[in-house]
Amino acid sequence: MSSYPLLSLAIWIPIVAGLLVLATGSDRNAPLARWLSLVGAVVGCLITIPLWTGFDVNNGGMQFVELAPWIARFNVNYHLGVDGISMLFVILNSFITVIVVMAGWEVVRDKVAQYNAAFLIMSGLMNGIFTALDGVLFYTFFEASLIPLYLIIGVWGGPNRVYAAFKFFLYTLAGSLLFLVALIYLFVHSGGSFSILEWQQLPIPLSAQIWIFLAFLVAFAVKVPMWPVHTWLPDAHVEAPTGGSIVLAAIALKLGAYGFLRFSLPIAPDASHELANFIVALSLIAVVYIGFVALVQSDMKKLVAYSSIAHMGFVTLGFFMMSAMGIEGALVQMVSHGFVSGAMFFCIGVMYDRVHSRQIADYGGVVNTMPKFAALFMLFAMANSGLPATSGFVGEFMVILGAVKFNFWVAFAVATSMITGAAYNLWMYKRVVFGAVANDHVAELTDVNKREFLILALLAAGTLWMGLYPQPFTEVMHASVTDLLRHVAISKIQ
Amino acid sequence: MFDNFVVPDLLPAAPELFLAAMAAVILLADVFIKDARRTVVFALTQLTLIGCAVIQYQTMTGDITFTFSNMFVDDLMSDLLKLVLYMTVIVVLFYSRGYILDREPMAKGEFYVLALFATLGMMVMISANHFLTVYLGLELLSLSLYAMVAMNRDSVVSTEAAMKYFVLGALASGLLLYGMSMIYGATGTLEITGVGELLMTGKANKTVLVFGLVFVVAGLAFKLGVVPFHMWIPDVYHGAPTAVTLFIGSAPKLAAFAVTMRLLVTGLITLSQDWQVMLIMLSVLSMAIGNLAAIAQTNIKRMLAYSAISHMGFMLLGVTTGVVGGDARMALNAYSSAMFYVVSYVMMTAGSFGMIMLLARAGFEADNIDDFKGLNRRSPWFAGMMLIMMFSMAGIPFFIGFFAKFAVLQAVVAAGYMWLAIVAVLFSLIGAFYYLRVVKVMYFDQPADPTPLVAPMDMRVLISANGLAVALFGMFPDSLMIACGFAIMRSIAA
Repeated sequence: MSSYPLLSLAIWIPIVAGLLVLATGSDRNAPLARWLSLVGAVVGCLITIPLWTGFDVNNGGMQFVELAPWIARFNVNYHLGVDGISMLFVILNSFITVIVVMAGWEVVRDKVAQYNAAFLIMSGLMNGIFTALDGVLFYTFFEASLIPLYLIIGVWGGPNRVYAAFKFFLYTLAGSLLFLVALIYLFVHSGGSFSILEWQQLPIPLSAQIWIFLAFLVAFAVKVPMWPVHTWLPDAHVEAPTGGSIVLAAIALKLGAYGFLRFSLPIAPDASHELANFIVALSLIAVVYIGFVALVQSDMKKLVAYSSIAHMGFVTLGFFMMSAMGIEGALVQMVSHGFVSGAMFFCIGVMYDRVHSRQIADYGGVVNTMPKFAALFMLFAMANSGLPATSGFVGEFMVILGAVKFNFWVAFAVATSMITGAAYNLWMYKRVVFGAVANDHVAELTDVNKREFLILALLAAGTLWMGLYPQPFTEVMHASVTDLLRHVAISKIQ
Repeated sequence: MFDNFVVPDLLPAAPELFLAAMAAVILLADVFIKDARRTVVFALTQLTLIGCAVIQYQTMTGDITFTFSNMFVDDLMSDLLKLVLYMTVIVVLFYSRGYILDREPMAKGEFYVLALFATLGMMVMISANHFLTVYLGLELLSLSLYAMVAMNRDSVVSTEAAMKYFVLGALASGLLLYGMSMIYGATGTLEITGVGELLMTGKANKTVLVFGLVFVVAGLAFKLGVVPFHMWIPDVYHGAPTAVTLFIGSAPKLAAFAVTMRLLVTGLITLSQDWQVMLIMLSVLSMAIGNLAAIAQTNIKRMLAYSAISHMGFMLLGVTTGVVGGDARMALNAYSSAMFYVVSYVMMTAGSFGMIMLLARAGFEADNIDDFKGLNRRSPWFAGMMLIMMFSMAGIPFFIGFFAKFAVLQAVVAAGYMWLAIVAVLFSLIGAFYYLRVVKVMYFDQPADPTPLVAPMDMRVLISANGLAVALFGMFPDSLMIACGFAIMRSIAA
């Protein structure tokens, strides 16, 4: 165990770096802003590695805990800690931040400092969400992270960016305001505590649990997003710049799912059991129906956005089957989706930077002009459809295994998504990459440069590592997931 | 009674006496000093306010002291509110200076003298413990404000606003007086603490009291500017010169809050069942109409006027939750939350109107939302400051506006009004839309008018300080929250 406040550093290094980058000012200093952001992101990423190397896999409780009073008036504490559920996401988030800074390197030319600063600050805030053990602290990070993403979509986004930015902000805010009321209710009900860990021990009558669960559900379901509150996501993805899409898919969606494990299941376990079938049904709709929706998309970003919703359906399904296999599978799926969807959006970004179109119809025969790119894109498209030996397979397979124990027909329905997944990914890949060179734009394409190759290689390494040897990942989660399940099995009604 | 006449203890009212004397001196000095820029008058005014703050701080005892035959009270709540008041007026006058110098009819010493008299009126209101003192302070404030609104006398809108303000203000004063006379009829005393003590005995005629109460609440509602007594707010905010709008929109809210506390809590707490119901209705209506009407505004002063209505409605929620079913245990919590809300609101609103004046220059009013277009390109720093104000008003962390809303919501939930909390957050969601629109205009749009900002240095520094204060108190709200709690504990709840 390290004596440094690692979690605070993981939160505040990117934020301070972001403020420093902002101070570089106008675009005349753009190179300085870029290098400063890269240094900030890399340091922020390196600082999280001891979290994994120093992690005690046999301890299911909170580790690296920091506790200091923050707002004494309401007994709010600056209380941080990670367990096997949250630790990987802190690292994933810090890693994706490096990717995002590199992804925008030559592409973003307008207000470079603000662009990079927004991502760095958001990265710090998201680390705060994953590590906060105090309700108010969690909520402040959760809400504050909307501001940078709103600006990223609105300032550097596509033609319909204003609509997408507002929709994103207001949808998420709508969910989280009810969440705030639930937090305050718990504060009052617990006799004046905002500690999430204390709330988990708090006896709550069933009717109240159901209300709390529903309030949490609104907040997290919007963020995940679950069908039918998913409609903001395709808009946000399509309009956001590449970096924004990567962060949105790789990290922001995980916040909602993480919330289920940190809040809904342990604080309202009886309501979770009561409403589990409802969530399973919503998840199935996401997996099956949204898969078909993805199939008919003509815009590549929209297609990947819908595939994200389907994949997140796997995650919520895994959670609410209440088995270790399901939850661990869902967590693996979340990390894997961070690599794969990030990479998919980056691949689309690479093509968009050259052709300025995301329409599948504008492409064809890309393999002829961009062979290296086509090979890597292939890997990620395969991972996105759950090919064995890629990370996409491990999580989905575990969730399906869990589902077989839960209910055969649920497992059957979920397993069909392996087919639709392969269909929409490979069909898109075929139309974009294979065939004859479709038009002059494709003929003029240049293959990935060193920077782009490095980004794709890093993401590919993560994808393959998780696919071939997932044990380090599952090993970390195991103790915490077992504790969680034991806790959820005990009724809190008194 | 007069045979044992004693000179009243002047110490508790020392700041008021000092201010009154200095206002007279400055009025005289203005006649003799011929200086078009009124530098001396401005400096004397600011020194007077600083002097008041020093005296206030030095004479602060922490006890409740009555003087002038119990007509005037000095307690911690009044000390704290007055200190905030001086600070607000100092900041407001700094913001206004450049603005009024550019507008010839207003560039007179009278502006400062009227501001001082209005401040004196507010101080008397804050410390009033007698119906007549309340009325005296209120009229001193109102008459000064009428004159200030009309100061730009060649402007038709300003004159119209002044007329409207005067007529409606006189009506509201009449209502308040009528209510006071009813209460006097029922209790036989004009002293607020006396009324409170007498009502405890239960000897007063309830019908007459409640009848009077209705008029008192109506009068207060007018001064606070809550629905359905809000009609004057948009027109006066819009029509008044921005410097005066800033003045009307900020400091008087503190005084109106204090008078509400004195009349309803100190005087009429036994009738809390009756006035709480009235306030809940006023508050829900204000949040509804304020937030909905603000969406439709294109003029930012009108938008902020409707936003003021909704904020005062939100603040009133804190006042309505002090006594639950005859149990006053929550009083301290509720009233201190409301006080914190008012103080935070004043801080944010001063900064927002300050920004409007920062963008204005000779012959040009930046009072349309579109005048903020592309501000991020003209001045990233000040766009950032306005962003802080807007997100703070919308109640997004880490800005003070979030903790203001949080504190009040917490009081509402603790009092058991769950539905009220949900209504409040839903209207905040609607409110977020129009604040976001200002951010959108500043960041997502191209500037229509690329001229650089011309505001003087002192104003730039102060706006920056104001914005940073909103952010810093948002990160560390504890000291201010505890100060408010302590002030209420040692004053009202004692």
